[in-house]
Amino acid sequence: MEQAAVDSGKSKLIVIGNGMAGARTVEEILACGGGAQFEITIFGDEPYGNYNRILLSSVLNGSQDPSEIFLNGLDWYKDNGVELRAGLRVDVIARPHKAIHCDDGNWYPYDKLIIATGSRPAIPPIAALKKPNGDLRPGVFVFRTLDDCEKIAGYAAKCRRAAVIGGGLLGLEAARGLLNHGVEVNVIHLPGHLMEQQLDPQAGGILKSTIEKMGIKVHLKKLTKSVLGDDEVIGLAFEDGQTVECDMVVIATGITPNAEIGSRWGLTTERGIVVDDQLRTSDPDIFAVGECAQHRGRVYGLVAPLWDQARVLAEHITGANPRAAYEGSKLATKLKVMGVELASMGVIAGDGEHEDVVQFMEPQRGVYKKLIIRDGRLAGGILMGEISKAAYLIQAFDRGIRLPEDRLSLLFDTGAPSAQVTFEEMPADVQICNCNGVKKGAIVQCVANGKRSVKSVMDATRAGTGCGSCKSLVKELVEWACKGQVEEDPAAHYYVAGVALSKPELVNAIRAQNLKSVSAVFDALADGRDDPGSKPGLASLLRTIWGADYEDERDARFINDRVHANIQNDGTFSVIPRIYGGVTSAAELRRIADAADKYAARMVKITGGQRIDLLGVKKSDLPAIWRDLGMPSGHAYTKAFRTCKTCVGTEFCRYGVGDSTRLGIAIEKRFQGIESPAKMKLGASGCPRNCAEATVKDLGAVAVENGWQVYVGGAAGAHVRAGDLLATVSTHDEVLRLMGRFMQYYRENARYAERTYTFLDRVGIERLRAILVEDCDGEIARLDREMDATVAAYRDPWQEGTTPIEPNQFGDTLPLQTPTTESAAS
Amino acid sequence: MGYELMEVHKAGVLEVGPLDCVGMGQGRCIIVDGKQIAVFRMRDGRVFALDNTCPHRAGPLSEGLVGIDYASQLEAVVCPFHNYKFALSDGRGLDTELHVRSYPVEIRDGRIFLCLT
Repeated sequence: MEQAAVDSGKSKLIVIGNGMAGARTVEEILACGGGAQFEITIFGDEPYGNYNRILLSSVLNGSQDPSEIFLNGLDWYKDNGVELRAGLRVDVIARPHKAIHCDDGNWYPYDKLIIATGSRPAIPPIAALKKPNGDLRPGVFVFRTLDDCEKIAGYAAKCRRAAVIGGGLLGLEAARGLLNHGVEVNVIHLPGHLMEQQLDPQAGGILKSTIEKMGIKVHLKKLTKSVLGDDEVIGLAFEDGQTVECDMVVIATGITPNAEIGSRWGLTTERGIVVDDQLRTSDPDIFAVGECAQHRGRVYGLVAPLWDQARVLAEHITGANPRAAYEGSKLATKLKVMGVELASMGVIAGDGEHEDVVQFMEPQRGVYKKLIIRDGRLAGGILMGEISKAAYLIQAFDRGIRLPEDRLSLLFDTGAPSAQVTFEEMPADVQICNCNGVKKGAIVQCVANGKRSVKSVMDATRAGTGCGSCKSLVKELVEWACKGQVEEDPAAHYYVAGVALSKPELVNAIRAQNLKSVSAVFDALADGRDDPGSKPGLASLLRTIWGADYEDERDARFINDRVHANIQNDGTFSVIPRIYGGVTSAAELRRIADAADKYAARMVKITGGQRIDLLGVKKSDLPAIWRDLGMPSGHAYTKAFRTCKTCVGTEFCRYGVGDSTRLGIAIEKRFQGIESPAKMKLGASGCPRNCAEATVKDLGAVAVENGWQVYVGGAAGAHVRAGDLLATVSTHDEVLRLMGRFMQYYRENARYAERTYTFLDRVGIERLRAILVEDCDGEIARLDREMDATVAAYRDPWQEGTTPIEPNQFGDTLPLQTPTTESAAS
Repeated sequence: MGYELMEVHKAGVLEVGPLDCVGMGQGRCIIVDGKQIAVFRMRDGRVFALDNTCPHRAGPLSEGLVGIDYASQLEAVVCPFHNYKFALSDGRGLDTELHVRSYPVEIRDGRIFLCLT
């Protein structure tokens, strides 16, 4: 309203409903800076601040005091400038006047209105359930609000037997609570198995026997017809003629959205108030969120979707992110029902086609695991009784991550010692990160000190920042330690930490603004703050984008890339000349030996990549030793194509079916020095005995009769992974073509420092095959062209020994005299 | 300011050389009486100096990347060995309890002077 806006300079925002949805939405709005834009008033018909409904059953079973489950105390409203009008019911939305009317008789104007009225228990049509006035009769309860909890607990004290109608999640929670009050509990359920929303019949069966062992009686396929007893409840009668004795009844048969306020005042309403992807109702100034809202045909009764909706609504209404859109939630829950740990996600029953169902059952121990896998991704699943893999699986489900081929490892922790015990059992001094010596206790402490994202814990403890092979373990541990309150760090999606953009956004910005140097990127996209750790990643990306037009700045390079040698732990460098395909000559070996003597190499070592490493060379000697060697750089220091290991193949080997040395040499000549997001080690084997170990290389070729198999994504370092077969081709030229195409695609699409084995897991071999072999995206010709251009632009960096790029490129230390004001020579 | 510094620390002031004896945006190690000191020249022309030896595993800080650390928004060097970060202004560790000694630096007439006391 015009007048209101003049009053405080702010728009009026009214929220109807002070439950978890309303309060969460307001929290999100405040977090988006909405406190400065809006004067916020919340109307709630419960006489409390808002509370965490998830913990309700803990109140019922006595393990939690009601005061402990309030999310925001009354102070919170005051401190945040939010006006709470508790105990008031909104009865009119006068949309033409943009005002609401309350049962206190007053009108309240709004500019924006959010309906978060939630839902109420669904009451099934059961005879003698209600008093003539429509209220539930004494001894019959719903289980929904804090008040319900207290009433149920109070009444249970004088009861011997209770019946819970509804064997879903809430019903079982109510049953457990009642059990703790010493009442005999019957669970009455209409479908054929318990928790049919989350469990399939087999899991439901196992759960039934598990909870029956605790003393709960489960009655399945029972349609309750009427409540028995004149004054007091004495039992229930079912449609099949059977009965059960009980002194009280708790109804937990699901929810009905409180959507009437929408339909009555002209908003499009079906089961819930219909909203679009911005949570807008049919009136653009009115929004609905939570259990009263219906989005794309669905009404959600769980908290996770509510959090998502609240965030999108806040970002939209405050303008913090005009593109914010809610596209529906993938449902995954992890919960504890009567002490039974359970995780359920997505579809729980397969359609029997185009999918794999991986299943494990151990009914006596109450363990059940089932995964439904479609196109290599998790479409859904159930874990019960033993859920140590739940965190990983829920994430894999949520983000559509491609699953590893070893399906067994999805259900069980196989092999790795740290994973055989649960985090609860794991002693605090177990070392999680073997590179940096970080123990479990340190990570848990870090979370206890307030770090809530995986990245912030990694930054603070250094866990997972070495070789990276423990990253997933660190992630699971942080998630466990946060008890599900783990926060997504937006920086985890940035290409580099110092520029707040993902790789695709960054590439677009670089192209659109024609940014050709690392400093230009910082100036344009990071307020000129040139984060040192971000420089090499940006340099790598710019080189891939611009090729020869890239404006190289040497200070953006890591030391190894400034001097084309690998820095050692004493500050000297290692020199590894390129030995194509591992094939050398006596003359070359003599030159290497002479150079080792002349420059006093402290060690001469044969490398794993079939080359010779001269270790302990001073920086200032690098140009001279390169000159004496007369060989090109082996690039053994940088994120680039490294080497191609070969076996002797058909030239000498009596088993050889392909000329692997000649192929290996051709591979090295073509791809030498090609920079990439992470190093690439190659191999070429002359027969399927695979002596060059080509199947555990980033790219590998294995000769078979009449052709070559090309493998990608293999690894045998910090991580071990067998490569995936990309294609089988006929000739050396075809191998080179296909390898180059994969490299170019990897260069363009991988994250910085992402090895091919992670890239493969992320993208998937089927997708890569479609793009690189079948040309489904029509990209092959371009990828090949880009690779040709990159190959043509190659220049041996060791040539910089004779023509340094900058004056002190190989300048060693600057020796100066004892402090005086005399000038010293530079 | 520069002049005062020179006066006060006359005995301990050392001329390192012209600005461009250190590459732009890079560091360089100087040795004074056997002691290694890393001198850094930022892209904007400012110069800093720290002990060259990383207290973690003795990495040469002069070979590290420099710039404005995104997390602390301070000028920083990243050790080339294990990525420990130190503030250039005072040598304090940005992601570690460790710290290195820093030295005041002055630039006069395009030349770098270092105060060693």
